[in-house]
Amino acid sequence: MTGRPNTPGIVARDVCKSFGSHLVLDQVSLTADEGSILALLGPNGAGKTTMVRILSTLIGADSGSMQIAGHDVVSDPDGVRALIGVTGQFSAVDNLLTGAENLRLIADLRHLGRHAGQQRVAELLKQFDLADAADKLLSTYSGGMRRRLDLAMTLVGEPRVIFLDEPTTGLDPRSRLTMWEIVRQLAAAGVTILLTTQYLDEADQLADRIAVLDQGRIVAQGSPAELKSRIPGGHVRLHFAGPDLLGSAAGLLPAAAPDQDQLVLQVPDDGTVDSLRKMLDELHAARIDVERLSIHTPDLDDVFFAVTGSHVTDHPDRDPTPQGAPR
Amino acid sequence: MTTLAYTLSDSRVMLRRNLKHQLRYPSLTVMLVGMPIVLLLLFVYVFGGQLGAGLGAHLGRHAYLDYVVPGLLLITLASAVQGTSIMVAMDMTGGIIDRFRTMAIARASVLTGHVLGSLIQILVGFGVLIGVAFGLGFHSSAGILQWLAALGILVLFALALIWLAVALGLAAKSVETASNSPMILILLLFFSSGFVATATMPAGLRQFAEYQPFTPVADTVRGLLSGAAVGDHAIAAIAWSVGLIVVAYLWAISLYNRRGATEPK
Repeated sequence: MTGRPNTPGIVARDVCKSFGSHLVLDQVSLTADEGSILALLGPNGAGKTTMVRILSTLIGADSGSMQIAGHDVVSDPDGVRALIGVTGQFSAVDNLLTGAENLRLIADLRHLGRHAGQQRVAELLKQFDLADAADKLLSTYSGGMRRRLDLAMTLVGEPRVIFLDEPTTGLDPRSRLTMWEIVRQLAAAGVTILLTTQYLDEADQLADRIAVLDQGRIVAQGSPAELKSRIPGGHVRLHFAGPDLLGSAAGLLPAAAPDQDQLVLQVPDDGTVDSLRKMLDELHAARIDVERLSIHTPDLDDVFFAVTGSHVTDHPDRDPTPQGAPR
Repeated sequence: MTTLAYTLSDSRVMLRRNLKHQLRYPSLTVMLVGMPIVLLLLFVYVFGGQLGAGLGAHLGRHAYLDYVVPGLLLITLASAVQGTSIMVAMDMTGGIIDRFRTMAIARASVLTGHVLGSLIQILVGFGVLIGVAFGLGFHSSAGILQWLAALGILVLFALALIWLAVALGLAAKSVETASNSPMILILLLFFSSGFVATATMPAGLRQFAEYQPFTPVADTVRGLLSGAAVGDHAIAAIAWSVGLIVVAYLWAISLYNRRGATEPK
Protein backbone atom coordinates (compact mmCIF):
# COMPACT_ATOMS: atom_id res chain seq x y z
CA MET A 1 0.00 0.00 0.00
CA THR A 2 1.02 3.60 -0.43
CA GLY A 3 0.97 4.44 3.24
CA ARG A 4 -1.29 7.36 2.48
CA PRO A 5 -4.70 6.62 3.97
CA ASN A 6 -7.74 7.86 2.07
CA THR A 7 -5.87 8.26 -1.16
CA PRO A 8 -8.53 7.83 -3.83
CA GLY A 9 -8.08 4.70 -5.92
CA ILE A 10 -8.54 6.55 -9.19
CA VAL A 11 -8.38 10.25 -9.90
CA ALA A 12 -8.49 11.68 -13.41
CA ARG A 13 -8.72 15.37 -14.18
CA ASP A 14 -9.53 16.93 -17.54
CA VAL A 15 -8.25 14.05 -19.62
CA CYS A 16 -8.28 14.79 -23.35
CA LYS A 17 -7.36 12.43 -26.16
CA SER A 18 -7.60 12.70 -29.92
CA PHE A 19 -6.84 10.19 -32.61
CA GLY A 20 -5.92 12.35 -35.56
CA SER A 21 -8.63 15.01 -35.80
CA HIS A 22 -11.14 12.84 -33.94
CA LEU A 23 -11.60 14.02 -30.35
CA VAL A 24 -12.27 10.82 -28.40
CA LEU A 25 -12.09 12.12 -24.82
CA ASP A 26 -13.02 15.69 -23.98
CA GLN A 27 -11.96 16.84 -20.49
CA VAL A 28 -12.98 13.68 -18.72
CA SER A 29 -12.71 13.81 -14.93
CA LEU A 30 -13.37 10.82 -12.70
CA THR A 31 -12.85 9.89 -9.07
CA ALA A 32 -13.21 6.52 -7.41
CA ASP A 33 -12.67 6.20 -3.66
CA GLU A 34 -10.57 3.36 -2.41
CA GLY A 35 -12.57 0.14 -2.32
CA SER A 36 -15.43 1.57 -4.34
CA ILE A 37 -16.87 0.57 -7.70
CA LEU A 38 -17.08 3.21 -10.40
CA ALA A 39 -19.05 2.36 -13.52
CA LEU A 40 -18.30 4.13 -16.76
CA LEU A 41 -21.56 3.85 -18.65
CA GLY A 42 -21.94 4.61 -22.32
CA PRO A 43 -22.68 3.24 -25.77
CA ASN A 44 -20.11 1.84 -28.19
CA GLY A 45 -17.71 4.50 -29.36
CA ALA A 46 -18.28 6.78 -26.35
CA GLY A 47 -14.60 6.53 -25.37
CA LYS A 48 -14.87 4.04 -22.50
CA THR A 49 -12.15 1.72 -23.75
CA THR A 50 -9.84 4.62 -24.57
CA MET A 51 -10.26 5.95 -21.03
CA VAL A 52 -9.39 2.52 -19.59
CA ARG A 53 -6.37 2.23 -21.90
CA ILE A 54 -5.10 5.62 -20.78
CA LEU A 55 -5.61 4.97 -17.06
CA SER A 56 -3.94 1.56 -17.34
CA THR A 57 -0.82 3.09 -18.99
CA LEU A 58 -1.39 1.46 -22.37
CA ILE A 59 -1.62 4.73 -24.25
CA GLY A 60 -0.86 8.32 -23.36
CA ALA A 61 -3.39 11.12 -22.93
CA ASP A 62 -2.94 14.39 -24.82
CA SER A 63 -3.53 16.38 -21.64
CA GLY A 64 -4.91 16.05 -18.15
CA SER A 65 -3.63 14.43 -14.99
CA MET A 66 -4.26 10.99 -13.55
CA GLN A 67 -3.27 9.23 -10.34
CA ILE A 68 -3.83 5.60 -9.48
CA ALA A 69 -3.65 4.98 -5.71
CA GLY A 70 -1.46 8.05 -5.46
CA HIS A 71 0.91 7.12 -8.31
CA ASP A 72 1.04 9.39 -11.31
CA VAL A 73 0.17 7.58 -14.53
CA VAL A 74 2.46 9.74 -16.65
CA SER A 75 5.55 10.10 -14.48
CA ASP A 76 5.44 6.73 -12.70
CA PRO A 77 3.85 4.20 -15.07
CA ASP A 78 5.71 1.25 -13.56
CA GLY A 79 4.53 2.26 -10.09
CA VAL A 80 0.98 2.23 -11.44
CA ARG A 81 1.48 -1.08 -13.27
CA ALA A 82 2.60 -2.74 -10.05
CA LEU A 83 -0.73 -1.82 -8.42
CA ILE A 84 -3.26 -2.43 -11.16
CA GLY A 85 -4.91 -5.32 -12.90
CA VAL A 86 -6.62 -4.97 -16.25
CA THR A 87 -9.15 -7.21 -17.93
CA GLY A 88 -9.85 -5.92 -21.38
CA GLN A 89 -12.71 -6.61 -23.74
CA PHE A 90 -10.75 -9.23 -25.63
CA SER A 91 -9.47 -12.17 -23.66
CA ALA A 92 -5.87 -11.62 -22.66
CA VAL A 93 -4.98 -15.26 -22.22
CA ASP A 94 -2.35 -17.45 -23.85
CA ASN A 95 -4.15 -20.00 -26.01
CA LEU A 96 -1.20 -22.36 -26.31
CA LEU A 97 -0.86 -22.82 -22.55
CA THR A 98 -3.03 -24.56 -19.98
CA GLY A 99 -5.07 -22.65 -17.42
CA ALA A 100 -2.55 -23.31 -14.66
CA GLU A 101 0.36 -22.37 -16.93
CA ASN A 102 -1.34 -19.10 -17.79
CA LEU A 103 -1.67 -18.19 -14.12
CA ARG A 104 1.85 -19.36 -13.41
CA LEU A 105 3.17 -17.15 -16.22
CA ILE A 106 1.63 -14.10 -14.59
CA ALA A 107 2.81 -15.18 -11.11
CA ASP A 108 6.37 -15.42 -12.46
CA LEU A 109 6.13 -12.05 -14.16
CA ARG A 110 4.83 -10.58 -10.89
CA HIS A 111 7.95 -12.06 -9.24
CA LEU A 112 5.93 -13.86 -6.59
CA GLY A 113 8.58 -16.52 -6.10
CA ARG A 114 8.16 -20.25 -6.66
CA HIS A 115 6.31 -21.20 -3.50
CA ALA A 116 4.07 -18.16 -3.14
CA GLY A 117 3.36 -18.32 -6.85
CA GLN A 118 2.22 -21.92 -6.75
CA GLN A 119 0.05 -21.21 -3.74
CA ARG A 120 -1.61 -18.21 -5.38
CA VAL A 121 -2.24 -20.16 -8.59
CA ALA A 122 -3.89 -23.02 -6.71
CA GLU A 123 -5.97 -20.53 -4.71
CA LEU A 124 -7.24 -18.74 -7.82
CA LEU A 125 -7.97 -21.96 -9.71
CA LYS A 126 -10.17 -23.00 -6.81
CA GLN A 127 -11.78 -19.61 -6.32
CA PHE A 128 -12.70 -19.36 -10.01
CA ASP A 129 -13.90 -22.93 -10.27
CA LEU A 130 -11.16 -23.88 -12.74
CA ALA A 131 -9.33 -26.50 -10.68
CA ASP A 132 -10.66 -29.39 -12.78
CA ALA A 133 -9.61 -27.72 -16.02
CA ALA A 134 -6.28 -26.47 -14.66
CA ASP A 135 -4.13 -28.74 -16.82
CA LYS A 136 -6.24 -28.55 -19.94
CA LEU A 137 -5.21 -26.43 -22.90
CA LEU A 138 -7.23 -23.27 -23.36
CA SER A 139 -8.56 -24.48 -26.68
CA THR A 140 -10.88 -26.72 -24.67
CA TYR A 141 -12.21 -23.87 -22.49
CA SER A 142 -15.68 -22.40 -22.91
CA GLY A 143 -16.25 -18.66 -23.24
CA GLY A 144 -17.23 -18.32 -19.60
CA MET A 145 -14.19 -20.26 -18.42
CA ARG A 146 -11.89 -18.06 -20.48
CA ARG A 147 -13.43 -14.94 -18.93
CA ARG A 148 -12.95 -16.37 -15.46
CA LEU A 149 -9.36 -17.32 -16.19
CA ASP A 150 -8.78 -13.88 -17.67
CA LEU A 151 -10.00 -12.24 -14.47
CA ALA A 152 -8.06 -14.72 -12.34
CA MET A 153 -4.89 -13.73 -14.24
CA THR A 154 -5.67 -10.09 -13.50
CA LEU A 155 -5.89 -10.91 -9.79
CA VAL A 156 -2.67 -12.93 -9.48
CA GLY A 157 -0.68 -9.97 -8.21
CA GLU A 158 -3.44 -8.91 -5.77
CA PRO A 159 -3.90 -5.53 -7.47
CA ARG A 160 -5.29 -2.60 -5.47
CA VAL A 161 -7.06 -1.13 -8.48
CA ILE A 162 -8.79 -3.12 -11.20
CA PHE A 163 -10.03 -2.05 -14.60
CA LEU A 164 -12.71 -4.20 -16.16
CA ASP A 165 -13.63 -3.26 -19.71
CA GLU A 166 -17.12 -4.60 -20.42
CA PRO A 167 -16.61 -7.65 -18.21
CA THR A 168 -19.96 -9.25 -18.96
CA THR A 169 -20.45 -8.51 -22.66
CA GLY A 170 -21.15 -11.78 -24.43
CA LEU A 171 -21.57 -13.82 -21.25
CA ASP A 172 -24.61 -15.98 -20.62
CA PRO A 173 -26.88 -14.81 -17.76
CA ARG A 174 -25.46 -17.30 -15.28
CA SER A 175 -21.83 -16.38 -15.96
CA ARG A 176 -22.86 -12.76 -15.77
CA LEU A 177 -24.21 -13.19 -12.25
CA THR A 178 -21.03 -15.05 -11.26
CA MET A 179 -18.98 -12.14 -12.58
CA TRP A 180 -21.08 -9.63 -10.62
CA GLU A 181 -20.57 -11.65 -7.47
CA ILE A 182 -16.80 -11.68 -7.96
CA VAL A 183 -16.74 -7.94 -8.55
CA ARG A 184 -18.72 -7.34 -5.34
CA GLN A 185 -16.38 -9.56 -3.34
CA LEU A 186 -13.34 -7.72 -4.65
CA ALA A 187 -14.76 -4.35 -3.71
CA ALA A 188 -15.67 -5.70 -0.28
CA ALA A 189 -12.02 -6.70 0.11
CA GLY A 190 -10.98 -3.08 -0.46
CA VAL A 191 -10.10 -3.20 -4.16
CA THR A 192 -11.00 -0.14 -6.20
CA ILE A 193 -12.79 -1.09 -9.40
CA LEU A 194 -13.47 0.82 -12.57
CA LEU A 195 -15.78 -1.06 -14.87
CA THR A 196 -17.18 -0.01 -18.20
CA THR A 197 -20.56 -1.17 -19.32
CA GLN A 198 -23.31 -0.50 -21.83
CA TYR A 199 -25.96 -1.73 -19.46
CA LEU A 200 -27.69 0.52 -16.97
CA ASP A 201 -28.83 -2.41 -14.86
CA GLU A 202 -25.25 -3.64 -14.52
CA ALA A 203 -24.04 -0.23 -13.39
CA ASP A 204 -27.06 0.04 -11.12
CA GLN A 205 -26.42 -3.39 -9.57
CA LEU A 206 -22.71 -2.95 -8.96
CA ALA A 207 -21.58 0.63 -8.84
CA ASP A 208 -21.24 3.08 -5.99
CA ARG A 209 -20.90 5.81 -8.56
CA ILE A 210 -21.84 5.96 -12.22
CA ALA A 211 -20.27 8.27 -14.78
CA VAL A 212 -22.17 8.50 -18.05
CA LEU A 213 -19.91 8.99 -21.05
CA ASP A 214 -21.29 10.23 -24.34
CA GLN A 215 -19.12 11.05 -27.34
CA GLY A 216 -16.08 11.57 -25.15
CA ARG A 217 -17.75 13.77 -22.53
CA ILE A 218 -19.01 12.97 -19.07
CA VAL A 219 -22.65 14.00 -19.30
CA ALA A 220 -23.73 12.89 -15.83
CA GLN A 221 -22.06 11.56 -12.73
CA GLY A 222 -23.43 10.42 -9.41
CA SER A 223 -24.72 7.51 -7.36
CA PRO A 224 -27.16 5.15 -9.08
CA ALA A 225 -30.00 6.64 -7.02
CA GLU A 226 -29.06 10.18 -7.98
CA LEU A 227 -28.84 9.24 -11.62
CA LYS A 228 -32.10 7.34 -11.62
CA SER A 229 -33.88 10.25 -9.98
CA ARG A 230 -33.12 12.14 -13.18
CA ILE A 231 -34.74 9.64 -15.48
CA PRO A 232 -38.45 9.08 -15.88
CA GLY A 233 -39.55 5.82 -14.31
CA GLY A 234 -40.64 2.80 -16.24
CA HIS A 235 -43.97 2.47 -17.94
CA VAL A 236 -46.42 -0.11 -19.18
CA ARG A 237 -47.81 -0.04 -22.71
CA LEU A 238 -51.38 -1.34 -23.02
CA HIS A 239 -52.53 -2.33 -26.49
CA PHE A 240 -56.24 -2.17 -27.37
CA ALA A 241 -58.40 -3.58 -30.13
CA GLY A 242 -60.21 -0.31 -30.89
CA PRO A 243 -60.21 3.47 -30.25
CA ASP A 244 -63.30 3.28 -28.02
CA LEU A 245 -61.59 0.87 -25.63
CA LEU A 246 -58.50 3.07 -25.66
CA GLY A 247 -60.65 6.09 -24.89
CA SER A 248 -62.39 4.50 -21.92
CA ALA A 249 -59.11 3.17 -20.55
CA ALA A 250 -57.57 6.63 -20.84
CA GLY A 251 -60.51 8.00 -18.89
CA LEU A 252 -59.95 5.43 -16.18
CA LEU A 253 -56.21 6.04 -15.85
CA PRO A 254 -55.67 9.79 -15.82
CA ALA A 255 -51.83 9.66 -15.70
CA ALA A 256 -51.71 7.70 -18.95
CA ALA A 257 -50.80 9.03 -22.39
CA PRO A 258 -52.90 7.58 -25.23
CA ASP A 259 -51.53 7.02 -28.73
CA GLN A 260 -54.53 7.03 -31.10
CA ASP A 261 -52.59 5.84 -34.13
CA GLN A 262 -51.16 2.74 -32.53
CA LEU A 263 -54.06 2.20 -30.12
CA VAL A 264 -51.62 2.13 -27.26
CA LEU A 265 -51.93 3.61 -23.82
CA GLN A 266 -48.65 4.40 -22.07
CA VAL A 267 -49.07 4.23 -18.30
CA PRO A 268 -46.32 5.28 -15.88
CA ASP A 269 -45.63 2.26 -13.73
CA ASP A 270 -42.73 0.71 -11.89
CA GLY A 271 -43.51 -2.73 -13.29
CA THR A 272 -44.07 -4.52 -9.98
CA VAL A 273 -46.62 -7.32 -9.87
CA ASP A 274 -48.70 -5.49 -7.27
CA SER A 275 -49.16 -2.36 -9.28
CA LEU A 276 -49.82 -4.35 -12.47
CA ARG A 277 -52.44 -6.46 -10.76
CA LYS A 278 -54.12 -3.38 -9.36
CA MET A 279 -54.23 -1.72 -12.76
CA LEU A 280 -55.51 -4.81 -14.56
CA ASP A 281 -58.15 -5.42 -11.88
CA GLU A 282 -59.35 -1.87 -12.35
CA LEU A 283 -59.59 -2.33 -16.12
CA HIS A 284 -61.29 -5.69 -15.71
CA ALA A 285 -63.85 -4.24 -13.30
CA ALA A 286 -64.67 -1.57 -15.90
CA ARG A 287 -64.94 -4.34 -18.56
CA ILE A 288 -62.21 -2.90 -20.71
CA ASP A 289 -60.39 -5.64 -22.59
CA VAL A 290 -56.67 -5.23 -22.97
CA GLU A 291 -55.26 -7.06 -25.97
CA ARG A 292 -51.72 -7.31 -24.61
CA LEU A 293 -49.25 -5.31 -22.58
CA SER A 294 -45.54 -4.72 -22.50
CA ILE A 295 -43.40 -3.51 -19.62
CA HIS A 296 -40.65 -1.01 -20.19
CA THR A 297 -37.96 -0.55 -17.52
CA PRO A 298 -35.50 2.36 -17.73
CA ASP A 299 -32.38 1.57 -19.74
CA LEU A 300 -29.31 3.34 -21.04
CA ASP A 301 -31.38 5.09 -23.68
CA ASP A 302 -33.62 6.65 -21.03
CA VAL A 303 -30.60 7.89 -19.11
CA PHE A 304 -29.22 9.39 -22.28
CA PHE A 305 -32.46 10.99 -23.21
CA ALA A 306 -32.78 12.44 -19.72
CA VAL A 307 -29.26 13.88 -19.54
CA THR A 308 -28.53 14.79 -23.17
CA GLY A 309 -31.98 15.18 -24.68
CA SER A 310 -31.03 12.82 -27.49
CA HIS A 311 -31.13 9.09 -27.89
CA VAL A 312 -28.14 6.79 -27.93
CA THR A 313 -26.70 7.19 -31.42
CA ASP A 314 -24.76 4.00 -31.71
CA HIS A 315 -27.19 1.45 -30.44
CA PRO A 316 -25.37 -1.30 -28.60
CA ASP A 317 -26.71 -4.80 -28.85
CA ARG A 318 -29.38 -5.00 -26.25
CA ASP A 319 -28.79 -7.03 -23.18
CA PRO A 320 -29.61 -10.66 -23.97
CA THR A 321 -30.81 -11.19 -20.41
CA PRO A 322 -34.04 -9.71 -19.07
CA GLN A 323 -33.60 -6.31 -17.48
CA GLY A 324 -33.55 -6.47 -13.73
CA ALA A 325 -36.60 -5.00 -12.09
CA PRO A 326 -35.96 -1.47 -10.91
CA ARG A 327 -35.43 -1.29 -7.21
CA MET B 1 16.04 -7.90 -6.91
CA THR B 2 17.75 -5.32 -9.04
CA THR B 3 16.45 -4.03 -12.37
CA LEU B 4 18.92 -6.25 -14.20
CA ALA B 5 17.83 -9.30 -12.22
CA TYR B 6 14.18 -8.51 -13.04
CA THR B 7 15.03 -8.13 -16.70
CA LEU B 8 16.81 -11.48 -16.74
CA SER B 9 14.04 -13.18 -14.79
CA ASP B 10 11.30 -11.74 -17.06
CA SER B 11 13.22 -12.71 -20.19
CA ARG B 12 13.66 -16.24 -18.87
CA VAL B 13 9.92 -16.53 -18.18
CA MET B 14 9.16 -15.27 -21.67
CA LEU B 15 11.70 -17.68 -23.17
CA ARG B 16 10.05 -20.58 -21.37
CA ARG B 17 6.71 -19.44 -22.73
CA ASN B 18 8.13 -19.30 -26.26
CA LEU B 19 9.64 -22.78 -26.02
CA LYS B 20 6.34 -24.13 -24.72
CA HIS B 21 4.61 -22.56 -27.70
CA GLN B 22 7.02 -24.32 -30.04
CA LEU B 23 6.20 -27.64 -28.42
CA ARG B 24 2.45 -26.97 -28.39
CA TYR B 25 2.42 -25.86 -32.00
CA PRO B 26 4.53 -28.69 -33.38
CA SER B 27 3.21 -28.53 -36.94
CA LEU B 28 4.95 -25.20 -37.40
CA THR B 29 8.14 -26.23 -35.61
CA VAL B 30 8.41 -29.52 -37.48
CA MET B 31 7.73 -27.84 -40.79
CA LEU B 32 10.40 -25.22 -40.20
CA VAL B 33 13.02 -27.76 -39.08
CA GLY B 34 11.96 -30.42 -41.56
CA MET B 35 11.85 -28.36 -44.71
CA PRO B 36 15.65 -27.81 -44.85
CA ILE B 37 16.18 -31.58 -44.54
CA VAL B 38 13.85 -32.21 -47.49
CA LEU B 39 15.70 -29.55 -49.46
CA LEU B 40 19.04 -31.11 -48.52
CA LEU B 41 17.93 -34.45 -49.95
CA LEU B 42 16.52 -32.71 -53.00
CA PHE B 43 19.67 -30.73 -53.67
CA VAL B 44 22.02 -33.64 -53.11
CA TYR B 45 20.15 -36.50 -54.79
CA VAL B 46 18.14 -34.70 -57.48
CA PHE B 47 20.29 -31.73 -58.45
CA GLY B 48 23.56 -32.88 -56.87
CA GLY B 49 24.92 -35.02 -59.67
CA GLN B 50 24.72 -32.31 -62.27
CA LEU B 51 25.53 -29.38 -59.99
CA GLY B 52 28.52 -31.28 -58.58
CA ALA B 53 29.88 -31.81 -62.08
CA GLY B 54 29.89 -28.06 -62.46
CA LEU B 55 32.25 -27.67 -59.50
CA GLY B 56 35.09 -29.26 -61.45
CA ALA B 57 36.08 -32.31 -63.45
CA HIS B 58 35.74 -35.68 -61.66
CA LEU B 59 33.65 -34.05 -58.97
CA GLY B 60 30.10 -35.09 -58.35
CA ARG B 61 27.34 -35.49 -55.86
CA HIS B 62 29.65 -35.72 -52.86
CA ALA B 63 31.54 -32.59 -53.70
CA TYR B 64 28.23 -30.80 -54.10
CA LEU B 65 27.08 -32.06 -50.70
CA ASP B 66 30.16 -30.47 -49.17
CA TYR B 67 29.47 -27.32 -51.15
CA VAL B 68 25.77 -26.95 -50.34
CA VAL B 69 25.70 -27.60 -46.58
CA PRO B 70 26.32 -23.91 -45.68
CA GLY B 71 23.50 -22.94 -48.05
CA LEU B 72 21.15 -25.32 -46.27
CA LEU B 73 22.22 -24.06 -42.87
CA LEU B 74 21.10 -20.66 -44.11
CA ILE B 75 17.82 -22.17 -45.38
CA THR B 76 17.31 -23.52 -41.84
CA LEU B 77 17.84 -20.02 -40.56
CA ALA B 78 15.64 -18.25 -43.09
CA SER B 79 12.88 -20.78 -42.63
CA ALA B 80 12.99 -20.64 -38.82
CA VAL B 81 12.66 -16.86 -38.70
CA GLN B 82 9.42 -17.20 -40.61
CA GLY B 83 8.18 -18.89 -37.47
CA THR B 84 9.52 -15.99 -35.40
CA SER B 85 7.47 -13.50 -37.41
CA ILE B 86 4.37 -15.64 -37.08
CA MET B 87 4.78 -16.06 -33.31
CA VAL B 88 5.41 -12.34 -32.78
CA ALA B 89 2.43 -11.39 -34.92
CA MET B 90 0.25 -13.90 -33.04
CA ASP B 91 1.25 -12.24 -29.79
CA MET B 92 0.68 -8.74 -31.06
CA THR B 93 -2.72 -9.42 -32.60
CA GLY B 94 -3.94 -11.33 -29.52
CA GLY B 95 -5.12 -9.74 -26.31
CA ILE B 96 -2.28 -10.98 -24.10
CA ILE B 97 0.19 -8.33 -25.21
CA ASP B 98 -1.99 -5.66 -23.59
CA ARG B 99 -1.86 -7.61 -20.35
CA PHE B 100 1.94 -7.69 -20.49
CA ARG B 101 2.05 -4.00 -21.23
CA THR B 102 -0.05 -3.15 -18.18
CA MET B 103 2.30 -5.13 -15.93
CA ALA B 104 5.52 -3.86 -14.38
CA ILE B 105 7.73 -6.19 -16.39
CA ALA B 106 10.93 -5.49 -18.29
CA ARG B 107 9.66 -3.80 -21.42
CA ALA B 108 11.65 -5.73 -24.01
CA SER B 109 11.35 -9.14 -22.33
CA VAL B 110 8.42 -10.10 -24.59
CA LEU B 111 10.67 -9.64 -27.62
CA THR B 112 13.75 -11.11 -25.93
CA GLY B 113 11.77 -14.28 -25.23
CA HIS B 114 10.97 -14.64 -28.91
CA VAL B 115 14.55 -13.92 -29.96
CA LEU B 116 16.12 -16.45 -27.59
CA GLY B 117 13.45 -19.06 -28.32
CA SER B 118 14.04 -18.73 -32.05
CA LEU B 119 17.78 -18.93 -31.55
CA ILE B 120 17.42 -22.20 -29.65
CA GLN B 121 15.13 -23.57 -32.34
CA ILE B 122 17.67 -22.59 -34.99
CA LEU B 123 20.53 -24.23 -33.12
CA VAL B 124 18.51 -27.43 -32.88
CA GLY B 125 17.80 -27.14 -36.61
CA PHE B 126 21.51 -26.69 -37.32
CA GLY B 127 22.31 -29.78 -35.28
CA VAL B 128 19.72 -31.90 -37.06
CA LEU B 129 20.85 -30.70 -40.48
CA ILE B 130 24.55 -31.26 -39.83
CA GLY B 131 23.74 -34.69 -38.41
CA VAL B 132 21.78 -35.68 -41.53
CA ALA B 133 24.52 -34.21 -43.75
CA PHE B 134 27.17 -36.31 -42.01
CA GLY B 135 24.89 -39.31 -42.46
CA LEU B 136 24.84 -38.62 -46.19
CA GLY B 137 28.63 -38.49 -46.29
CA PHE B 138 29.37 -34.80 -45.64
CA HIS B 139 33.08 -34.29 -45.24
CA SER B 140 34.70 -31.43 -43.34
CA SER B 141 38.35 -30.84 -42.75
CA ALA B 142 37.61 -28.15 -40.19
CA GLY B 143 39.11 -28.37 -36.72
CA ILE B 144 37.21 -27.51 -33.55
CA LEU B 145 38.19 -23.84 -33.78
CA GLN B 146 36.90 -23.56 -37.34
CA TRP B 147 33.65 -25.25 -36.34
CA LEU B 148 33.27 -22.79 -33.46
CA ALA B 149 34.07 -19.87 -35.74
CA ALA B 150 31.52 -21.08 -38.28
CA LEU B 151 28.93 -21.44 -35.51
CA GLY B 152 29.80 -17.95 -34.26
CA ILE B 153 29.25 -16.43 -37.70
CA LEU B 154 25.96 -18.32 -38.08
CA VAL B 155 24.70 -17.27 -34.64
CA LEU B 156 25.56 -13.63 -35.30
CA PHE B 157 23.76 -13.74 -38.63
CA ALA B 158 20.89 -15.63 -37.01
CA LEU B 159 20.43 -12.81 -34.48
CA ALA B 160 20.32 -10.33 -37.36
CA LEU B 161 17.62 -12.26 -39.21
CA ILE B 162 15.67 -13.00 -36.01
CA TRP B 163 15.49 -9.32 -35.07
CA LEU B 164 14.50 -8.53 -38.63
CA ALA B 165 11.77 -11.17 -38.42
CA VAL B 166 10.62 -9.74 -35.05
CA ALA B 167 10.35 -6.30 -36.67
CA LEU B 168 8.46 -7.75 -39.64
CA GLY B 169 6.13 -9.58 -37.25
CA LEU B 170 5.51 -6.34 -35.36
CA ALA B 171 4.94 -4.39 -38.56
CA ALA B 172 2.50 -6.97 -39.95
CA LYS B 173 -1.18 -6.13 -39.65
CA SER B 174 -2.11 -9.82 -39.52
CA VAL B 175 -0.55 -13.21 -38.85
CA GLU B 176 -0.93 -14.06 -42.56
CA THR B 177 1.16 -11.08 -43.62
CA ALA B 178 3.74 -11.96 -41.00
CA SER B 179 4.09 -15.46 -42.39
CA ASN B 180 4.70 -14.13 -45.90
CA SER B 181 7.11 -11.26 -45.44
CA PRO B 182 10.19 -13.32 -44.41
CA MET B 183 9.78 -15.30 -47.67
CA ILE B 184 11.94 -12.63 -49.27
CA LEU B 185 14.85 -13.98 -47.21
CA ILE B 186 14.54 -17.42 -48.82
CA LEU B 187 14.48 -15.80 -52.23
CA LEU B 188 17.50 -13.68 -51.38
CA LEU B 189 19.31 -16.83 -50.34
CA PHE B 190 18.76 -18.37 -53.78
CA PHE B 191 20.32 -15.26 -55.34
CA SER B 192 23.52 -15.83 -53.38
CA SER B 193 26.44 -18.23 -53.28
CA GLY B 194 24.37 -20.57 -51.10
CA PHE B 195 23.72 -23.15 -53.83
CA VAL B 196 25.88 -22.22 -56.80
CA ALA B 197 29.05 -20.14 -57.19
CA THR B 198 28.24 -16.52 -58.02
CA ALA B 199 30.81 -16.71 -60.83
CA THR B 200 28.37 -18.87 -62.82
CA MET B 201 25.67 -16.18 -62.73
CA PRO B 202 25.15 -13.60 -65.49
CA ALA B 203 26.55 -10.11 -64.93
CA GLY B 204 24.11 -7.93 -63.01
CA LEU B 205 22.73 -10.81 -61.01
CA ARG B 206 26.31 -11.71 -60.14
CA GLN B 207 27.05 -8.23 -58.79
CA PHE B 208 23.80 -8.31 -56.82
CA ALA B 209 24.65 -11.74 -55.42
CA GLU B 210 28.11 -10.68 -54.39
CA TYR B 211 26.94 -7.61 -52.52
CA GLN B 212 24.13 -9.03 -50.43
CA PRO B 213 24.53 -10.47 -46.93
CA PHE B 214 23.86 -14.16 -47.63
CA THR B 215 26.88 -14.54 -49.92
CA PRO B 216 29.65 -13.51 -47.50
CA VAL B 217 28.03 -15.57 -44.72
CA ALA B 218 27.75 -18.65 -46.96
CA ASP B 219 31.30 -18.17 -48.26
CA THR B 220 32.72 -17.72 -44.76
CA VAL B 221 30.98 -20.78 -43.36
CA ARG B 222 31.93 -22.83 -46.42
CA GLY B 223 35.54 -21.69 -46.15
CA LEU B 224 35.72 -22.52 -42.45
CA LEU B 225 34.12 -25.96 -42.83
CA SER B 226 36.32 -26.94 -45.78
CA GLY B 227 39.43 -25.69 -44.04
CA ALA B 228 40.08 -23.08 -46.74
CA ALA B 229 40.97 -19.45 -46.20
CA VAL B 230 37.97 -17.16 -45.54
CA GLY B 231 39.65 -13.80 -46.15
CA ASP B 232 37.48 -10.71 -46.49
CA HIS B 233 34.27 -12.71 -46.54
CA ALA B 234 34.34 -13.03 -42.75
CA ILE B 235 34.69 -9.29 -42.28
CA ALA B 236 31.83 -8.64 -44.69
CA ALA B 237 29.72 -11.29 -42.97
CA ILE B 238 30.31 -9.79 -39.53
CA ALA B 239 29.74 -6.25 -40.77
CA TRP B 240 26.44 -7.21 -42.42
CA SER B 241 25.30 -9.10 -39.31
CA VAL B 242 26.15 -6.37 -36.82
CA GLY B 243 24.68 -3.69 -39.08
CA LEU B 244 21.45 -5.64 -39.54
CA ILE B 245 21.18 -6.39 -35.82
CA VAL B 246 21.43 -2.69 -34.95
CA VAL B 247 18.95 -1.56 -37.60
CA ALA B 248 16.44 -4.36 -37.07
CA TYR B 249 16.66 -4.07 -33.26
CA LEU B 250 15.99 -0.34 -33.31
CA TRP B 251 13.18 -0.81 -35.81
CA ALA B 252 11.61 -3.57 -33.72
CA ILE B 253 11.82 -1.60 -30.46
CA SER B 254 10.34 1.50 -32.03
CA LEU B 255 7.48 -0.54 -33.54
CA TYR B 256 6.91 -2.22 -30.18
CA ASN B 257 6.78 1.05 -28.30
CA ARG B 258 4.57 2.71 -30.87
CA ARG B 259 2.08 -0.12 -30.91
CA GLY B 260 -1.16 0.48 -29.04
CA ALA B 261 -1.04 4.23 -29.59
CA THR B 262 -3.69 3.94 -32.27
CA GLU B 263 -7.44 4.10 -31.99
CA PRO B 264 -8.94 0.89 -30.65
CA LYS B 265 -10.88 -1.01 -33.33
